[in-house]
Amino acid sequence: MRKLTDRKPTPPRPHTQAAQLGGSTPHESARLHVTGMAQYVDDTATPENLLYVATGQSIHAHAKVLAMDLSAVWASPGVVDVVVQADIPGKVDVAPVYSGDPLLAGDEVQYVGQPLFAVAATSMAAAQRAVKCAKVDYDVLPAVLEIEQALAQDSFVLPQHKLLMGDPDAAIDTAPHQISGEVYVRGQEHFYLEGQISQATPLEDGALHVLSSSQHPTEVQKLVAEVLDLPFHKVVAEVRRMGGGFGGKETQAAPLACLAALFAQRTGRPVRYRMPRHDDMVQTGKRHDFLNRYRVGFNDDGRLLGVDMTLAGKCGYSADLSDGIVDRAMFHADNAYYLNNASILGLRCKTHTVSNTAFRGFGGPKGVLAVECMMDDIARHLGKDPLDVRIENLYQPGRDETPYGQTIEQHQLPAIIEALEQSSNYRARRAEITAYNASHETTKRGLALTPVKFGISFTAKHLNQAGALLHLYTDGSMQISHGGTEMGQGLYSKIQTIVAHAFGQPLSQVAVVSTRTDKVPNTSPTAASSGTDLNGMAALNACEKIKADLRAFAVEHFQVAATEVQFLEGAVKLGAESMAFAEFIQLAYLNRVPLSATGFYRTPKINYDRASAKGRPFLYFANGAAVSEVIIDTETGEYRVTQVDVLHDVGSSLNPAIDIGQIEGGFVQGMGWLTSEELLWDDTGRVISNSPANYKIPTAHDVPVAFNVVLFDQANQEATVHRSKAVGEPPLMLAISVWAALRDACASVANYQISPRINAPATPEQVYWAVQQAKAFAAKGGAQ
Amino acid sequence: MRFWLNGKQTDVDGVAADITLLQHLRESRSSLGTKEGCASGDCGACTLLVSDDDGSYRSVNSCLMPLASVQGRQVLTVEGLAQAGELHPIQQAMIDTHASQCGFCTPGFAMSLAGANQHAVEGDGRAHILDAISGNLCRCTGYKPIVEAGLQVLPKPNPLPPAPACETRTAQPLPGYWQPTSETELRGLLEQYPDARLIAGGTDLMLEGTQQYRELRQLIDLSHIKSLTRIDSAGDTLCIGAAATYSAQEKALSALAPAYVSFLLRLGSRQIRNRGTLGGNICNASPIADTPPWLLVQEAELIIGKAGGGFRYERLEDFYVDYKKTTLAAGEYLADVRLSRARLKCPAKLYKVSKRFEDDISAVCGAFLINPNGQLRIAFGGMAAVPKRARATEAFINKQDWRNPEKWSAIIDQAAQYLAQDFTPMTDVRASSEYRAAMAHSLLRKACRALVVGDDVEVGIYA
Ligand SMILES: Cc1cc2nc3c(=O)[nH]c(=O)nc-3n(C[C@H](O)[C@H](O)[C@H](O)COP(=O)(O)OP(=O)(O)OC[C@H]3O[C@@H](n4cnc5c(N)ncnc54)[C@H](O)[C@@H]3O)c2cc1C
Ligand code: FES
Ligand code: FES
Repeated sequence: MRKLTDRKPTPPRPHTQAAQLGGSTPHESARLHVTGMAQYVDDTATPENLLYVATGQSIHAHAKVLAMDLSAVWASPGVVDVVVQADIPGKVDVAPVYSGDPLLAGDEVQYVGQPLFAVAATSMAAAQRAVKCAKVDYDVLPAVLEIEQALAQDSFVLPQHKLLMGDPDAAIDTAPHQISGEVYVRGQEHFYLEGQISQATPLEDGALHVLSSSQHPTEVQKLVAEVLDLPFHKVVAEVRRMGGGFGGKETQAAPLACLAALFAQRTGRPVRYRMPRHDDMVQTGKRHDFLNRYRVGFNDDGRLLGVDMTLAGKCGYSADLSDGIVDRAMFHADNAYYLNNASILGLRCKTHTVSNTAFRGFGGPKGVLAVECMMDDIARHLGKDPLDVRIENLYQPGRDETPYGQTIEQHQLPAIIEALEQSSNYRARRAEITAYNASHETTKRGLALTPVKFGISFTAKHLNQAGALLHLYTDGSMQISHGGTEMGQGLYSKIQTIVAHAFGQPLSQVAVVSTRTDKVPNTSPTAASSGTDLNGMAALNACEKIKADLRAFAVEHFQVAATEVQFLEGAVKLGAESMAFAEFIQLAYLNRVPLSATGFYRTPKINYDRASAKGRPFLYFANGAAVSEVIIDTETGEYRVTQVDVLHDVGSSLNPAIDIGQIEGGFVQGMGWLTSEELLWDDTGRVISNSPANYKIPTAHDVPVAFNVVLFDQANQEATVHRSKAVGEPPLMLAISVWAALRDACASVANYQISPRINAPATPEQVYWAVQQAKAFAAKGGAQ
Repeated sequence: MRFWLNGKQTDVDGVAADITLLQHLRESRSSLGTKEGCASGDCGACTLLVSDDDGSYRSVNSCLMPLASVQGRQVLTVEGLAQAGELHPIQQAMIDTHASQCGFCTPGFAMSLAGANQHAVEGDGRAHILDAISGNLCRCTGYKPIVEAGLQVLPKPNPLPPAPACETRTAQPLPGYWQPTSETELRGLLEQYPDARLIAGGTDLMLEGTQQYRELRQLIDLSHIKSLTRIDSAGDTLCIGAAATYSAQEKALSALAPAYVSFLLRLGSRQIRNRGTLGGNICNASPIADTPPWLLVQEAELIIGKAGGGFRYERLEDFYVDYKKTTLAAGEYLADVRLSRARLKCPAKLYKVSKRFEDDISAVCGAFLINPNGQLRIAFGGMAAVPKRARATEAFINKQDWRNPEKWSAIIDQAAQYLAQDFTPMTDVRASSEYRAAMAHSLLRKACRALVVGDDVEVGIYA
């Protein structure tokens, strides 16, 4: 007989004891992170013959390309290869859903920065210097750059979609009060710390291995194969970890992989394409700008009777994921509130700017911001505390139908808001702040409590599936692969916990290995907060399959009842007996029990009928609320967030430390979106916030000392993995409380009689102008 | 050239003068723990520690630091933090507080925090930690656990490995990179290499390479010339050497110029201030540089050295000719900046308005001072093509009874029209022209309120 291993797993120490659900164990890579040993794509060994890529970029927002002279590019030192669109052997279009994203532009360019040609050279600097040598003749065409312009010219990438409930027009017209409003919400640059990158290595027989920093390795595989005209089985895409993704690496990573692969195929050399930060900020899609308008009718209590909203998203030059993004904005234009009668129209505006893409929240935040803006406006109109108007309109049993026909079944928000109102001392602070504002002129304080209710599931139904592959080795250690990718959100840690827990083993027994398309095929992007919901269930399914075989074997071999076979506390319980796990696995192996299985999961219950705009697009909702307090300087508009209290629902937490990390991180990222991060273009269509020197994400100083995050402890009523809830995106929207608090402070300048307009982000400049509005109103004696 | 990398002597030749320390570590040393997030000094992913003359370590952005400049220094990277398999306490604390998510920013934070933890710290620990990581961005965590990790280790200083002794710092420098140790040597080099560029901290200059891919073939490093790094406050004049870093100024001037020193906390980040110099700020001639408005109201004088020998004096106000243009001729260099100590004691206010409190470039920066004759001096950055005194506004105000608590406010109301004469600011990514104009007026009002009635408001530092 071949020898089996006599390697013994390290004896259980406290932290190597059987994995617990709900334990705050560190991120599975934490030790690698802090020692600098965690490998990102740019840290892979650099072979001698590695080539580096850069692209030549359009300098016009919209133009015909008349001629390109690349002779000086070819002649530039270090250049090995140059490609234009005609050199692409397979498909040119790398669009994810619809069409219209050429890998390299042909005879027309549609945004400043669009790649026209690509260079492979012996160093990154050589490639970057070479692309600047091209001579391109353009015939400049008129460009649409702003949403307003697109609306005026009917410039859309896709048809509109509308949600309708009841008769909103009649309800508004007959309501005791009607108001209307508008808010412009700017987009956001992802600013993942690790820029976009991919490396392609040619293998034998025309095959390729592609390392990518991508949230969607399956799409990388598919697009590389299509571009190179290869069968999918010739391409393996692999992702171990990303240095941040936030949606920015869902579709935007693939073109880099395709160009690296194209050069690898042409030259037979390994090729790395890393975008310098400037190119990344110019050439890759961002969060959409939205222009939101509403008209609302309500009664004296502020109760909504009818709402008519138009949400217009700036999609850029192509569709990319914009259909789903604008849909999700529409699905969240109710946020936590029963609208009674509603019309929600979503427009997909085409502009000659980079194609906007997924960003944490995927459109949702723009819908939520619109309705929260409306809530404040109603409150000021009626002279009420905005919190009371919000509470008045929360979904309740009986007032539980969404504009898209899904019934809200779990009602956590009334309890969450009540608890937070108490714990944050909201009412007392409100009174104290109002008094402060009455006696101070150059500084004003603001307070706001806003909720979030976020729908969980991909709105594209087929994406709600996942696979996993589990191997159990004869020393008792395991490898788990799944379709999800790790971008810092702790997915690998949660999967590791789920698998280790399923076998009663310590975490150290389970290695979560890099996500590869040859391990688990046909996967969905890691997006829509669904990573753990989908892949965790698939991994659990694989565990259950192996456990079923092991249990059947034990029943026969040891003559015990199936219920007496248990994987607990590092060992296998067999009735009254207990056996070391590795020993049991070896025995199973000798008895020819399969020790490897695939797992699969598809989300139940969900459906959406686009024609009737009704259905149940979401399995469940994640909920939370935040109270933020700010102080502003009325003379400059500068401000500071002074306190934040959050209560957020993650179901039964799989790992509270990781979930709290997502909430804190999401909140601060949302705060950046709504305060200091201002995405700006000039009037020729050039992004002028094109560097971290002029695009400012929050620093540690911006985070208040008093930043209290508490988990709302309640199991998910839906049968998710161990009754947990998704947590990736929802907390971002909690930061709307900061924006609303800033507006509250500005409103105080006019004794809360008006809601001055503040677009997002509320930069000091925006706050300053809002204060001026309020001052002007107050100066006129407060009469409207 | 020779430097020490995590305790190991490292000899380098055949490398261009403008290769950054980060490029060298990642491309030639397989030292991959140090990350590149921006190559422009803004994100801190490339932060590492470099030993200084006093044997302690300073955090720097290795993406903007020429490799050649670490001649004779010890460079500590994240790989060198753990000793004999034992994590540095900050590394363990970062694990314990869940301070890493994607992990890409983590090495940079670990280095900044290890630097902040090398000596005992007095005073506000939290302020010390925030200062140390002011140049580190994290997009994942929201910073709270990182700050917590820093606070956990702070009570007990953790000394870093000793830097190499001075006498071992002999090696052939890289070709095209000179580190003169005297002004005489500097003048010789300026004569011999008229095309060479001067580099002090490199926090402006190196961007030409990392952002525009321009080659900087010949660099003369000013940071080893004692007469240029010195800060001398003996006598009636304060002389700040052009190559004195901000960190050195903070240390030397906290008693002499407290308003300036606390204002410096908003200039760049700790990493930038460890490298950036006053001379670089002045000679880079950016209209949004932060020190010139203050220097203008101090009526600072520049001492300019010449390749052929000798010096000339110039008032800072006369130094700026136009956008990014100065009177500095070929072969000239800024030697030091002179300030009157009497004027330093005058009541003064400094303000900076930007989108973000820390490490941001000013939309408008304003400096205000009542000079020994009781005259108000006003200067702004971000309001014109060069940093500029508000002459018409000054003239108007100084004719009024502006220090009268009953009258100052109405006078400031009227001053708006004079500001409009002095400045026609522009619109750009940082602010609109209207906002800039409004801010100039608001800052003037703030300053006068503070100077006249002592009521000072700055929400940024409100916590
Ligand atoms: C991330 C980041 C943030 C920043 N934030 C700020 C900020 O908030 N406020 C601000 O004002 N600036 C800021 N800066 C700009 C820069 O840090 C400062 O201007 C700094 O003072 C430049 O000094 P340096 O020694 O690094 O200059 P260097 O880059 O070494 O030199 C700059 C220029 O001046 C010339 N020069 C330098 N010294 C002399 C001399 N003695 N004589 C003649 N010429 C000389 C050089 O040849 C070069 O052309 C920032 C820069 C970065 C990268
Ligand atoms: S790489 Fe971002 S600061 Fe150096
Ligand atoms: S952990 Fe991802 S950027 Fe800090």
